[in-house]
Amino acid sequence: MNRLDELRGPVPSRAHDARAIAALAANPGCARRALMDAAGVDKDRTARHLGFPAPFGQSQFAITRGNVFEALVKENGCAELLRLLRELLGLPVAQVGYQDVESVGSHLRHSHTRTLIDRAARENDDAAVFYDHPLFSLEIAGHTSYLEPDVVAFQLGGRFRIVEIKSFGVIDGQAEPEKVAAAARQAAVYVLALRTLLADLGHDPERVSHDVVLVCPENFANRPTATLVDVRKQLAVLKRQLARMTRVDRLLEGLPQGLTFDLVPDADGVPTRSAEDLAGALGQVPARYAPDCLSTCDMCMFCRDEARGCGSTDLLGRQVRDQLGGVSLMTEALGLAEGTVEPAEGQEEVARLLRLADRLREECLN
Amino acid sequence: MSALTALAQLRAIRDGAAQRITTVRHCHIAPRPMVFIPLRLAGETAAPLAAMVGADPDHPRLLVVPQPRNRDLRFAFAAGLAEVLLPYVEGFGKTTETVEKKGGEPYERCLDAPQILVPNRSAAAFVALLGRSTRFRRADGPYPVHPSVPLLGRWLTYFADRSQQPGSSLLLVATEALSMHWATGQSGLEDANLAALLGWIAPPPGMSGRRAAEEAEDPLLWPPAGPTTDPGFDNEVLGPAVRAYEEAPTDRAVERVTQALRTQLEPTWRLMWRAARLLRELPEGRRVKDRWDTDRGSFTRFAERIAEGGPPQARRDGAVGAAARLAGLERARASYDVQRAYDDPLVMAEYRLTGEAFSGTVTGADPEHTEGEGRSRKLRPLITVRTEDPVRLAAGTTVGSPDRRGHAAEIVEIADGEITLKITKGMGRGKTPAPGAVPEPGERVCYTSLTDDFQSSAALPDPERTPWTHGGPPEEYVPSDDDAQEEWS
Repeated sequence: MNRLDELRGPVPSRAHDARAIAALAANPGCARRALMDAAGVDKDRTARHLGFPAPFGQSQFAITRGNVFEALVKENGCAELLRLLRELLGLPVAQVGYQDVESVGSHLRHSHTRTLIDRAARENDDAAVFYDHPLFSLEIAGHTSYLEPDVVAFQLGGRFRIVEIKSFGVIDGQAEPEKVAAAARQAAVYVLALRTLLADLGHDPERVSHDVVLVCPENFANRPTATLVDVRKQLAVLKRQLARMTRVDRLLEGLPQGLTFDLVPDADGVPTRSAEDLAGALGQVPARYAPDCLSTCDMCMFCRDEARGCGSTDLLGRQVRDQLGGVSLMTEALGLAEGTVEPAEGQEEVARLLRLADRLREECLN
Repeated sequence: MSALTALAQLRAIRDGAAQRITTVRHCHIAPRPMVFIPLRLAGETAAPLAAMVGADPDHPRLLVVPQPRNRDLRFAFAAGLAEVLLPYVEGFGKTTETVEKKGGEPYERCLDAPQILVPNRSAAAFVALLGRSTRFRRADGPYPVHPSVPLLGRWLTYFADRSQQPGSSLLLVATEALSMHWATGQSGLEDANLAALLGWIAPPPGMSGRRAAEEAEDPLLWPPAGPTTDPGFDNEVLGPAVRAYEEAPTDRAVERVTQALRTQLEPTWRLMWRAARLLRELPEGRRVKDRWDTDRGSFTRFAERIAEGGPPQARRDGAVGAAARLAGLERARASYDVQRAYDDPLVMAEYRLTGEAFSGTVTGADPEHTEGEGRSRKLRPLITVRTEDPVRLAAGTTVGSPDRRGHAAEIVEIADGEITLKITKGMGRGKTPAPGAVPEPGERVCYTSLTDDFQSSAALPDPERTPWTHGGPPEEYVPSDDDAQEEWS
């Protein structure tokens, strides 16, 4: 059996959605996450079973709002979207075709997407076409992941663009930077998937523009507005990260025999493995917890608890760790500051600084 | 972030309790602040859902929008908020003092100013959005609103703008104000949760700060401080209540939504007043009053602008306005950092750590030392200071001291922890120094190269002379009918 399948146990590999793929780049140094993702382990389920569910939830209001706005933009064969693109890109297009890939059965959607994109790339005629609900695939650590973007691919003259519809507002030309950044990271995944598809079909992948179209509500109204977002940087990060993941063999080499993250589900799918045993297995693979994980990774609460347990300075974030000269254990850093631990070679400088900091605090507070 | 704060955080983890990182308070806390906790409907940019607001801890006003997607209900919410906020704000405009200005016309300044407390930075951003969505409205025309709504918008915009200004306390963000004074055993990201932060600072009796912070992360025990609500609450409680209101908008349905939102706001309301009390208990830094004076002046000018019928703040700054604003923020930041260090030995310690300041004992003094001959003979007392701090200042550097106002010295020599200083300012006009102007042997002194000298504002052209590189003179902003009728859906 494949070592990755063994890690996951006898359940189907969990598909990565674009959000998950985009998040891979968030903490590339974390072996635990890299391995769990490569093996397609359901991290959310694992975290729940361990008693450390991630604090991510989505409000029904947010979901409704997103759907309503998307429907509005796509109404009447994307009529509104065409208007926006015409203004944004200065397109001399009066009419546009609309292909809803979802019209075929779900098992056919991927091949249907391929056929449509192939035909468009081949024919090179002047007709503009929107492809709604395309189904892309991307190879992740040797596994094919299917991506079901809530995006539209737009094609004109054999050139393609990803259009991403988001429901956060753009007020007087400004939106929340974190939200734009997250949208750009996701859009980069789609650009990469579409480029991979074109390359696969023997076409020039550069036909997919690195400028994606972001459609958001303008000001406080429901009226959409479109902006071009350059995702070259996000693409580079993503490619590098995916390339790393294919080298997951190296991570696998050091693993103990028989190690698995299998939840051992019974006939009804209820996990039967003890949480303690599972935690022990996870503990065999080092994690690299950082406070940023709290907003990106399903395993965050488990890893934070672990970091607390061993008194790691990672808990306080990169900035603090840098101030402590990279000393990884709190007891060690405190010992250096209070003079109870002799600095190891190379630690003299940080020890001097911490001791001085300790003296200054004493002096000012007492 | 300095090694001092990092060390305090490690101690916080070891002791299970937050550690002080200042010896005094660096923000103004009004005797009667107004706490404002807004909630927004998830997924919407600026749809208010509810707010708890008021200046009396025992009598909060709860404002609710039973159907947040209804435009009329939103404006009713804005009018309700105006009813609480405007009398509070305007009350401060009534009593003024005359301030004599050196080399300028005397001017009027309000004796006190309002202070709004919000839980976190997102709440401050939401205040700005609420301001933006209401300040252009009009009481006449096709979509009239209550006359208080546009006025509210202008004030909210003013407060949100002002909260960007380092050292201003007109709109104070509770989590930021607390984090400035205490280091906790969690990351900055986690400190943005007011309940967790207060858990570390002031845990319930018999509980460690760490345990209290863990508990505070449970949204069922401690609902988020907003503006975003807990998704679980949205799906299980608020959703059904709003649907019930849609089906039959009765008083009972309104009451159901109100009660649901009250449970989400009340815990934060109590936390906010606790935060205010904890901050108030800290001794106030010496220059806090000066900064509050500046705040009062700014508040007075804005109140005058409104009274004179000036237009609402433009959607975006012009090039010159933006550059001036940025330069102003930079100056305020620099000055604020220096002022805090001068007020607080523990903040000054950060500069001692980096060698920009030092503290030590005077070992020798020559108070009557002079330089020059005849008419140009000047009094230049010399002192030597013994310090253990790692000083990184060059000879010839001008230094100031938090111990004496108006005092300045120049570093003459540094050798083996002995620093010789020449005092250049602040010893009076006589032939001998004024009593107490020159530190005496045995005295503990602190000197630093940080100085809060007056910096003149950046030289910028008038807006009407904006160069073409910056788009040329901006069109003057005239509020249009379109602005007033802008959709808010």
